[in-house]
Amino acid sequence: MTKIIDKDSFKATWNYEEAPESTDHIHIKQQYELYIDGQFTKPTKGKYFDTINPANNKKIARVAEATEDDIDKAVEAARKAFNSWSKLSGKERGKYIFRIARLIQERAREFAVIESLDGGKPIRESRDIDIPLAANHFFYYAGWADKLEYAFPNRKAKPLGVAGQIIPWNFPLLMAAWKLAPALATGNTVVLKPAETTPLTALKLAEIIHESGIPKGVVNIVTGAGETGAAIVNHPDIDKIAFTGSTGVGKYIRKATAGTKKKLTLELGGKGANIIFEDAAIDQAVEGIVNAIFFNQGHVCCAGSRLFVQESVEKVVVQKLKDRMESLILGDPLDKNTDIGAINSKKQLKTIENYIKIGINEGGEIYQPNCTLPKSGNWCAPTLFLNVSQSHRIVQEEIFGPVLAIQTFRTIDEVIEKANNTPFGLSAGVWTDKGSKIFHLTQKLNAGVIWANTFNKFDATSPFGGYKESGFGREGGLHGLKPYVKFE
Amino acid sequence: MIPNLNNLPIYDTVGVNERVDRFRKRSIKKSSKVEGLKLALSMIDLTTLEGKDTPGKVQQLCYKAMHPHDSLKNIPTVAAICVYPTYVGIAKKALEGSDIQVASVATAFPSGQSNLEVKLSDTKFAVDQGADEIDMVISRGEFLAGNYQFIYDEIAQIKEACGKAHLKVILETGELDTLDNVRKASEIAMYAGADFIKTSTGKIQPAATMQVTYVMLDAIKDFYLKTGKIIGMKPAGGISTSKIALQYLVMLNEILGHQWMSKKYFRFGASSLANDILMQLVKIETGFYQSSNYYSKD
Repeated sequence: MTKIIDKDSFKATWNYEEAPESTDHIHIKQQYELYIDGQFTKPTKGKYFDTINPANNKKIARVAEATEDDIDKAVEAARKAFNSWSKLSGKERGKYIFRIARLIQERAREFAVIESLDGGKPIRESRDIDIPLAANHFFYYAGWADKLEYAFPNRKAKPLGVAGQIIPWNFPLLMAAWKLAPALATGNTVVLKPAETTPLTALKLAEIIHESGIPKGVVNIVTGAGETGAAIVNHPDIDKIAFTGSTGVGKYIRKATAGTKKKLTLELGGKGANIIFEDAAIDQAVEGIVNAIFFNQGHVCCAGSRLFVQESVEKVVVQKLKDRMESLILGDPLDKNTDIGAINSKKQLKTIENYIKIGINEGGEIYQPNCTLPKSGNWCAPTLFLNVSQSHRIVQEEIFGPVLAIQTFRTIDEVIEKANNTPFGLSAGVWTDKGSKIFHLTQKLNAGVIWANTFNKFDATSPFGGYKESGFGREGGLHGLKPYVKFE
Repeated sequence: MIPNLNNLPIYDTVGVNERVDRFRKRSIKKSSKVEGLKLALSMIDLTTLEGKDTPGKVQQLCYKAMHPHDSLKNIPTVAAICVYPTYVGIAKKALEGSDIQVASVATAFPSGQSNLEVKLSDTKFAVDQGADEIDMVISRGEFLAGNYQFIYDEIAQIKEACGKAHLKVILETGELDTLDNVRKASEIAMYAGADFIKTSTGKIQPAATMQVTYVMLDAIKDFYLKTGKIIGMKPAGGISTSKIALQYLVMLNEILGHQWMSKKYFRFGASSLANDILMQLVKIETGFYQSSNYYSKD
């Protein structure tokens, strides 16, 4: 006996008043320069660009645009610093990295607020995930600095030289930590470029790095867009490129570095399969779906953007998911109650909106909860697409937004085939109460990271990276040291 | 009839902890805080369940229930007084003229270690004394031994003995070991006729937790979807501060929503919570925390 229940049966009517995190305590300059050779330097061509708050599209600050000449200077400084930095004992290098970690912790609140202001992510995430994880990464690799002989027993690991590092806009400070910490621990010097839409926390990090007293030139932070990145990739005196970003740019970098001495690691796009079996703890799986696709507005390379639900539980999973989406709060990223913040940029919003159109045109059944989008700024309601198949573009291509494509499956072999039927191979999730099923799937799925009964969990000690067009090389853990060393 | 217990949802402790953390992180400020605090106050079953209880203490508690803090305007009274059966008559008299309910624990509370006959007469005695609500305990030993039919029958018979009185069924989740067991026990209680399901007696640790309450709210939701019947929820024991109470209300708000956001379907079994709420309300009104000596301890 199933009664028809009004869809407002469980409506939440106790509305929480605004609870914005204070911005009084943060310090943002009106204009930021390039951090080269231990100094904040004006760009040679004198060009600047604005960094925007995506929640209201207002300008936050002006940021220097580095051109080829600036990259030359940065690489030159890094090369000069490499001579002494690489000879410094691991213990001494570790001290600087520890200091950076502690300084991030001390100023965690300021970092969190700036991260949310500049990037649009909810303060809950920047406060509880991005910033603590970034500090952890520095702590973790600081520990390795004087233990490299144990990381690589019976082999003598030597630093590569100057590393050019280009990071994305989805986890600005965290990605900077992922890149800088292992490079410094192994004795390399660095030229790092944050993304043009989210440069502020990397520039704040430059201030902290300066404060840490690390020798000048060891870390150089240069800001700019694609051209600045290209200047780093094509610079002849760089020994290693580490890139996190889109697969398109990754392909360009691979071509550009082919035939050079440059070592390369790429962490690119993904289209993660999140697989729910009928024997899973359904409520927790639903929560896992939400974390997999709506975390950071879906701006996550390892997002679980393809959901596979076993036929027998499809109805209940979809209904519970819809119910859960009703209780997600979308709005001001600085509000402590916000679950879904702003889309990072106008450009990205257009991309996502375009994919939603494609999904509708392809015949997918769209679902969005009742939520009012703020008037100014870049916003996208959390979105589901039902009745889609492997041949739909929204199932095949990375959207990088809060859009989930839902398919069903009947047998394990079927879901393995569908999950692997993608050019990407970054992440996957398996939800089942049965341990043996988890092991079976983790062996069969082609993904760099597979979560069981959880999703989007990160830790400094755990390697992260992809297969196929999701890139190569690992960041985090012991594995994360390897791309920054050569063996004698 | 006893429901099918083989196809119940299962719960993953790690996942439930994470979900509960999300509720805890909601930041309740300003007018929404005042609204929440007043609601929480109105949902309290002001409780005294001690061997050393006296008629005087029960009378004082009843007065406190009707006049939580007279210097504060526009605050509600609590929902009920919860006492042992022997004090029901005294409480009933003391509360005359108010709409505050008298709840009585029964069925060999808190252990439930007696036979059905004793439990039924315990219940009838409380009802005869005028109890509006009966808080019974389930036989955890029988439950853990897998005698679900026994649990079902016992609840059904106590329900019958309650007559018009509302029945709250205490699962004593601190003794049920797993979340899956909590779900199972909730299911049996609701189908057997419980009007409310309640976490704990307050005599066993852990008493109420957000995690078991989450599972029970989930069970209530599914029961409503299947039968259209609204079952109430009462976490009891350990909810001593406004902050924790508000976190429970956030969870209630986001899982079950508006229909349950009243004392009709949600109660806090607590004794010291009331004063903490009053202290917060005074702080909001005056801007100062007063010493706890400004609040009557009954």
